[in-house]
Parts: sequence; structure tokens; C-alpha cells
Amino acid sequence: MTAKPISTSKPAGDGLRFYGVWLIGIAALIVLPLIFSSGGSLTSFSLIGIAIVFALSYNILLGQTGLLSFGHAVHYGLGGFAACHMMNAVVSHGWPIPLPFIPLFGGIGGLVFAIIIGWVMTKRAGTVFAMISLGIGELVASSSLILRSVFGGEAGITTDRTALPKMFGWSFGPQVQVYYVIAFWLVLSAIAMYALTRTPLGRISNAVRDNPERVQFIGYDPHVVRYLAYCFAGFFAGVAGGLTAINFEIANSALLGAIQSGLVLFSTFIGGIAYFFGPILGAILVTYLQLGLTGLTSVWQLYFGIIFIGIVMFAPGGIAGLLMMHRPLVRAGTLWTVIPSYLVAVVPTVALACGVILTIETVARYSGGDPINLFGIPFNAKSPVTWVAAAVLVVGGAFVARLTWRRIADAWDRAATVARDRGYLA
Amino acid sequence: MSGAVSGMSGAVPGKSAAIEVRAVEKRFGNVGIIRDLNLSVAKGERHAVIGPNGAGKSTTFNLISGHIKPTSGEVKLNGDVISGLRPFEINRRGLSRSFQVTNVFARMSVWENVRCAVLWATGHRYAFWKNVDSLPEVRERTAQILDDIHLTHRRDVPAGLLTYAEQRELEIGITIASGATVVMLDEPTAGMSHAETDRAVSLIRRLTEGKTLVIVEHDMSVVFGLADRISVLVYGHIIASGTPEEIRRDPKVKEAYLGEEAH
Repeated sequence: MTAKPISTSKPAGDGLRFYGVWLIGIAALIVLPLIFSSGGSLTSFSLIGIAIVFALSYNILLGQTGLLSFGHAVHYGLGGFAACHMMNAVVSHGWPIPLPFIPLFGGIGGLVFAIIIGWVMTKRAGTVFAMISLGIGELVASSSLILRSVFGGEAGITTDRTALPKMFGWSFGPQVQVYYVIAFWLVLSAIAMYALTRTPLGRISNAVRDNPERVQFIGYDPHVVRYLAYCFAGFFAGVAGGLTAINFEIANSALLGAIQSGLVLFSTFIGGIAYFFGPILGAILVTYLQLGLTGLTSVWQLYFGIIFIGIVMFAPGGIAGLLMMHRPLVRAGTLWTVIPSYLVAVVPTVALACGVILTIETVARYSGGDPINLFGIPFNAKSPVTWVAAAVLVVGGAFVARLTWRRIADAWDRAATVARDRGYLA
Repeated sequence: MSGAVSGMSGAVPGKSAAIEVRAVEKRFGNVGIIRDLNLSVAKGERHAVIGPNGAGKSTTFNLISGHIKPTSGEVKLNGDVISGLRPFEINRRGLSRSFQVTNVFARMSVWENVRCAVLWATGHRYAFWKNVDSLPEVRERTAQILDDIHLTHRRDVPAGLLTYAEQRELEIGITIASGATVVMLDEPTAGMSHAETDRAVSLIRRLTEGKTLVIVEHDMSVVFGLADRISVLVYGHIIASGTPEEIRRDPKVKEAYLGEEAH
């Protein structure tokens, strides 16, 4: 145990590192389109930026307040509709509001609905909250198809982002200009949501997450805490929805639905809910997977499901949790003792993964009879050779992989013990 | 030392009771757990509630602190009726309690645990426009309490990873952090070794200086060493209330309680 000084003033290096991370992030956002300027990458970056804002907003609920929502896309979608209506109103009334201000109205759309339904929803946490959020999600999604004047029915509400007043001479027609609007709101939202975690409300939200009963005995009404957190989450989800509306120039019922709500839960959890940057990693990964896998295989949702189950079972801290596990080892200087066991495990683990992929693809395409082409190697789904290969990879891979995973666990225990002795691990 | 509250010391026990429980009854269905409960704790008094297992001591705590509502009767805090109010409303009026089973914020650090308990009392409430790290009075008070409960060296450890005795001390720290004038501790030394108990008792004595203390305790040496007055609860009813000497001599108490447990 290292006895830390009572003084809470942080050493100057920490502050430098803290601001450094943010500044590097902002710089990366600025130069990314200069390095990868193809239309495809700009579209990907734009989608990722939106997904990050949405996932961070979701983590205000799940990670910080302990509220598992199955209907967060309601605020995202309503933010999108609010932004579309606002853009059309700006155009038809000739208001002097340029496009970069539109996401604010998306946020207000998400916030207003959160203010209205949040009080009832957050009366209870846990299963009750989860069930109500599911119900509200379905309610709003189905209403959006019925209330045609507001939601435009199946077609949705369309808009034209270039018809708004210009700003800095930008028409916001080209994707790169839209990207910068998204990047700007991403930075603004991320800073605001990070700052929120460091306020009295942010810390009490954590306390409500850990122990709502006890919070009542230190003067706080957990219902009010949950409600305020819900409103913030609704606002930033609305901002993300507004950005989507700008990006696609349309808002429709798909934005509000259960699939969207599931996707944000998925991204946030895979990234890791215990750290602020977790949902950022999750949103990046899931958006890339979504863009990449949909082109590669027709059963991409199956892979999403497997990844999700894998994370829940083996790494409930998500990617961020896996990364941060290594921090004490890095500090104690014992990480290098673990690396060899990782390298040994890579081969059988990859073999196992290939076996699983081959099995899934073979089954998926058996009836269709299409030839399979995995990583450039062709396979025939009807050939017994393919089946045997898949079985060998899965069984053999799993057998050897288990042994190597055990080695990792042993190496890890030794490294952690040393780290603990040196006072870097509680 | 708890210098911040030194102005409160020397409160005179007398007319104004800190806690006044009047004819309180609590029934769960047909079962009466608490019947005709009357209890009066003077300001500045250290009052112990003792009684055999299942007598309703924790239920009494829950009734006073608003965790459960009485079926009938009333509870007053400093002269105001508080029965029917919710726990946080009662807490804001200056009554704070601990729990028999450790009840901390497990995933948050020791520092965060205590700081959360300081926030409402220092007026920061639900603020989302202030940086919690740059509130000097919050920081000083939190540091003071950590120092008081001897957990400064563990400030960055998640509360869930503390030893049992440390968690019990943190529980006391969270309870007194708001600066409440009435402190209720539910078996603060339960499960502790002799040495740990001695430490905890001197901690309690020091931290509740000048405050009203209500304590539920099984360890008779703690009770008779700490309490100014003792109430004996048997089957949801107070059968005797008085100074430790009076309680020791009371024949009803001997029969109902001390008789069984006297070693």
C-alpha cells in the first residue's frame, strides 16, 4: 500500500496528460479528412462521430446512473425529427439560422420528451425502468407511423441542408463540411458530458447507481437524480439525432425503433461502461463492423450477437475494461511478463475464430449453394472437406486455445501479485 | 478532532427532546412488530437501545429514520413531526443513520463515498454547473472526515475492497459527514474483534461529541461504557428507560433480558 499525501492538488504532469489526450483527439478530428479524403471514409467518419455522441449519451444512463434503457433511440429519433422540422421551418420562414446550430434543436427535441416522460420512467430503477423504457420505445416507434402529420409516415420527413443560410461561405452540401459540423458537435458534446461526470450531480448519479437506498440517507432523492440524468441523456441523444438528420437529410421511424436502441446499448457495453472513453471505443468498433460486415456476409447480425455474448461473459468491462486492466501492470513494469503468453495464445484463438466463422458461413449458405469466399479462399458449402475443416478448426482450436488461455491467467496472476506488492494494485 | 461542531457541545438535556417517539405502532399484515413504542432522547444525550434478537431494534431505527412508515403514532425530531416524511427529507432536517449491514457505495473510492455524503449539507445539491473537485469547503470537510475515521491512506481504494472493519468505519464516516446533529448508529461494532471494537468506540465517542447519539448495540461493555441513558426493547415495546445504573438494577430488565445474557 502506498500512503498517498492528503493534498488533493494533482501533480502538473497529470493535468498536462489530461488536456493532452483531449487536444490530440481534437487534432485528430481536424486532420482525419485531410488524410483520408475519399467519399467512403468521410461517410464512415461522420457515422462514427454521430454514434459516439449517441453512445456517450446512453452511458449517462447505463454506466453512470445504472439505468438500463431499451428505448434510448426514442430521444435520438425525436431529436432527428425536431431537427428536420426546424431545418424546414428555417428555410420556409427565412430565419437566419445556419446549419451548424441545428443539432441544438435536435437536442431540445430529445430533452423536451425526456422532461415529459422521464419523471414517470425514473420513479424506479432496475427491471421496472427497463420494462417501461421498452414500452415507451415501442409506443413512440408505432406512433411515428400513425401520426403522419408530424412523422411523415413510412417515408419520414425529408429536408435539404443546403437550403439553409450559409456560414463561412459553406453550403454544407459536400460531405466534408457535414463531417466538420459533426466533429464540432462531437467535441462540444463529449466535453460537456465529461464535465457532467465531474459535477455534484454526476457523482451523486454514481452513488445512485451503486446504492440508491443509502443515497436517501445522505439527503438525496434518488428519483430526482435519475430524472436529471435521464434529461441530460435525452438531450445529448437528441443532438446525435439532429446530426443524423443533417447527415442523411431525412428522419424516419427507423431512427426511433428498437433496433436503434439495441445498437446503442450494444456499442456502449462492448466499449465498456465503467470508463468515460469506453462508449467512444465501442461506437467506433461497432460502426466499423456494421459498415464492414454488412458487405461481407448476410448473417452479420449473428456475429454481432456472438461478440456481444462473448463480451458479456468474458469481459464484462468491455474493451475499455480490458485495456485498463493492464494499467497497474504497466505502472509496475510487469506487463512484459504477460506478453509472451498473449502471443502464444494468438494462433489457436485465431484458428478457433476461423473455425466458428467457417461453420457459420457454411450453414448459412448451405441451402443457397453459393460458393463461399473467406479472406480470399474459396470454399464449397456442400463439400464434406469444408465441414471437416471447420470441425477440426473449432475442436482443435478450442482445445489448444484453452491451454494457452490458462497460461495467460497464470502469467497474469504472477504479474498482478508483483504489481500489488509494489503498490500499484489495490 | 471535530472542531467544526464544538459550538454544539454542552447541549442541555431537558425540555426539548431531540427525538420523541409517541405511541408508535408498526404492523406488517396482522403481525404487530412494534406496539405502543414510546421513546424520548434528549439533545446531546448518548442513548443506547438494547434488547434480545428480534425485539424490533432495527425496525425502530427504520421507523425513526423514515425507512419505513409507522402504522400509527408519531415521531418528532427537534419538536417537528417527521413520521411520514421520506428518508432524505428527514436527513435534511439533521438526522443521519448508519446501517447494521454495511451499506456503502461499493464501486466508488473511499474519498468519493465521504464526499457524496458531504455534498447536500454543503448546499451543492443537484448542481450540474460546478466542478466537484474545485469546491474548497467540500474538499476540506471530506479530508477532515477521512482523517477522523483514519482512512486517509485508503482514500483512492474502492469501498468494496476495504476490510470489514474499515468498511464499518467508512459507514460511520458517511453517517456523520453531513454534520447531522442527531446520529443513529445500528450495531456499529457488530462482527468486530476486541481491539477493533475499542477503536470504534473511541471513534464514536469522539465524532459524536456534542451531538445526540442513538445507538443499537449487542456488546454490553460498549453500551454501559458509552451510553448516558439506555432503553430496553422487548417484543416491540420499551419496558424500561433510564441511566445505566437504573437499568442494571431494574428487575424487569433482569428478567427479560440481562438474565438470559449475563455471563
